[in-house]
Amino acid sequence: MEVVVFSLLNGLLYGLLLFMLSSGLTLIFSMMGVLNFAHASFYMLGAYLAYAMGGQIGFWPALFLAPVLVGVAGALVERYGLRPVHANGHVAELLFTFGLAYLIEEIVKLFWGKQPVPYRVPDVLSQPIFTLFETTYPAFRVFMMVVALLMFGVLWLLLKRTRAGLMIQAALTHPHMVGHLGHNVPLIFMTVFGIGCALAGLAGVIGGAILVTEPGMAHSLGPIVFVVVVVGGMGSLTGAFVASLLIGMLQTFAIAVGASIGDLLRLVGIPVAPHGELTGITLAQIAPMLPFLLLVLILIFRPRGLMGARET
Amino acid sequence: MTAIDRALPAMRPVGVRSSPLAAVAPWLLGAAILLALPFVFPSRTGFTIMNAIGINVVFALSYNMLLGQGGMLSFGHAVWFGLGGFAAMHMMVAIDKLALPVPVFLLPLVGFAAGLLAGAVLGWPICRRAGTPFAMITLGIGELIAAAGLMFVTVFGGEEGIKGDRVVGPMLFGLDLGPQGGVYWFIAFWVFAAALAMWAFTRTPLGRLSLAVRDNPDRVPFIGYDPQRVRYLVFMVASGFAGLAGGMAAVNYEILTPQIFGALTSGNVLLMAFIGGLGAFYGPILGAVLIVLMQSMLSDYTEGWQLYVGLLFMGLVMFAPGGLASMVEGGARAVRRGDWRERAPAWASGALAFAVLAAGIVLLVELAFRAHGGGALRLAGLTLRPGDAMGWIIGIALVSLGAGLLRLLTRRGHDGDTARPA
Repeated sequence: MEVVVFSLLNGLLYGLLLFMLSSGLTLIFSMMGVLNFAHASFYMLGAYLAYAMGGQIGFWPALFLAPVLVGVAGALVERYGLRPVHANGHVAELLFTFGLAYLIEEIVKLFWGKQPVPYRVPDVLSQPIFTLFETTYPAFRVFMMVVALLMFGVLWLLLKRTRAGLMIQAALTHPHMVGHLGHNVPLIFMTVFGIGCALAGLAGVIGGAILVTEPGMAHSLGPIVFVVVVVGGMGSLTGAFVASLLIGMLQTFAIAVGASIGDLLRLVGIPVAPHGELTGITLAQIAPMLPFLLLVLILIFRPRGLMGARET
Repeated sequence: MTAIDRALPAMRPVGVRSSPLAAVAPWLLGAAILLALPFVFPSRTGFTIMNAIGINVVFALSYNMLLGQGGMLSFGHAVWFGLGGFAAMHMMVAIDKLALPVPVFLLPLVGFAAGLLAGAVLGWPICRRAGTPFAMITLGIGELIAAAGLMFVTVFGGEEGIKGDRVVGPMLFGLDLGPQGGVYWFIAFWVFAAALAMWAFTRTPLGRLSLAVRDNPDRVPFIGYDPQRVRYLVFMVASGFAGLAGGMAAVNYEILTPQIFGALTSGNVLLMAFIGGLGAFYGPILGAVLIVLMQSMLSDYTEGWQLYVGLLFMGLVMFAPGGLASMVEGGARAVRRGDWRERAPAWASGALAFAVLAAGIVLLVELAFRAHGGGALRLAGLTLRPGDAMGWIIGIALVSLGAGLLRLLTRRGHDGDTARPA
């Protein structure tokens, strides 16, 4: 029981962190048709900027300022980097974001070194908020869940219920038509890219404090965020939300369950050796592979993802 | 130079038959270079670097078969390299343990077979999609295999990897693989053989078709071919050659760890092929040479060598998508047409502006690296400290000067190397 509840909570937490990253990426993905390799790098930038600014101006101002700065950086990258490259096709765009991810990691190493930086949350948030089965649960985790859920709500309302949201949705699928109607489509794209990056930055400010703030943090999360976007379906916010939670739960539960493949096989009546090379592999060991297995299966059998309207 | 002319790929068009001498000359030159290199750089470090270059040349060429000639962007090419390498490594161990009469010299063939087989099995689901989904599937498979690599300890050796001894089994051509110098001849032979084979592949009907599938997959079925099948076959061959490079690595390093499957290896081969140039057959060779040299020489001088590789890559993606090879081709075209004399000043000024820009960037980066705890930067009798404004001002001035000059040159429409291709 205890294990289940905590796995649920941790899965929820991890899933919501994934959602904070993938919400922006899924919009950018459906806009460009190309996955932004550097998206997780903006997440990393957010964490590092919040760490750097937090020392000067405190955590709360940094919580707002760091995502804004990351968003501006993202918009500039779109305007002066991605837009000129767009003329050379999808592969060139993909290569550009790939190079950008590489470059941002090196720049982070340049300014903050290769070791993790001691980025911590303020004391108000690090105290326990409730006790469950004699284990305390830190307030910061609840804070993160609230922020992520708020983000989902606000984004959903913004996209579905406002004029600007309608314009963005239209520009994602029919950019030429929207252009003919007299809207500035490149500006919309730049704004969406900037907002997406800002959201990733916000995820970084919060995620960097819960996980570790180090130069490898983008690489450890980046590929999984891709999985979320592809599994959820292109451009679908709800799909990204569901897929994030699904993958979050999948990974935490696989780690929490101590069983090995052999145990599972014996459970269904196939007698095998408990500690063989293959049967001794535990689900916890397989956990990091699960999202990618899901990615490959989804791309092959259901290319539009769980809730996407179009094929990837 | 017209727009059409400029948009043409750097590769020679199909059907243009050059004289036999012109076709053989590059290979003779390549062989001569391979033969001469050990006498020019006879040191131990020289051999180490040259062997690493050789392995990466084959690896990058096999990658270009996918991306440059097949239009398939793969983020998991390390899988085939690694699987080929481990197959060769296990064979090497078996030669030792079971005293098999198989020469170690031929192990890259085992790598080739393993890569081909793995490409045939895993390539089937991978090649069902093209474009971005293809890239994503290769990324997923790459991560899957990388995770699996650490899991199966008896096959991949876990964290410690698998070790082998290359001085076993019968000798071939009387070549002693013990010293680095001996390994060089082994590497040189396989580089030449693999490059020749891959070039020959581009001349086969399948190689030609892969260009068609890259450029216009919708039209290919109209001439009676299935693009998915073409991609699958090309993918298998490319995986085979990646495995061959892995086999060379197994013999050269005598140790392989599952880290070889990582995104770092896959990313590196992409960087090498792209920086060298995807449009020309020899492009990835230039890229592999440059990146390995940067890796091994630059890393002695600066912590920031990876940053420079990244900057070079981004600069090329944005301003010269044809890579280094497109510059070589541009020069060669001008020489053929005989107007290189008129173009030379534009090239020279472009190169100068680029040098100024690069110097500025290097200065800024080096100062930034020294900002936490490093010493001063000593350059040409000048001592610059990260604490002083002087170095930063010079750096920013150089960068703005170089960038301004480049902008001015490209604006004026000079068709130099720095000009943006249409």
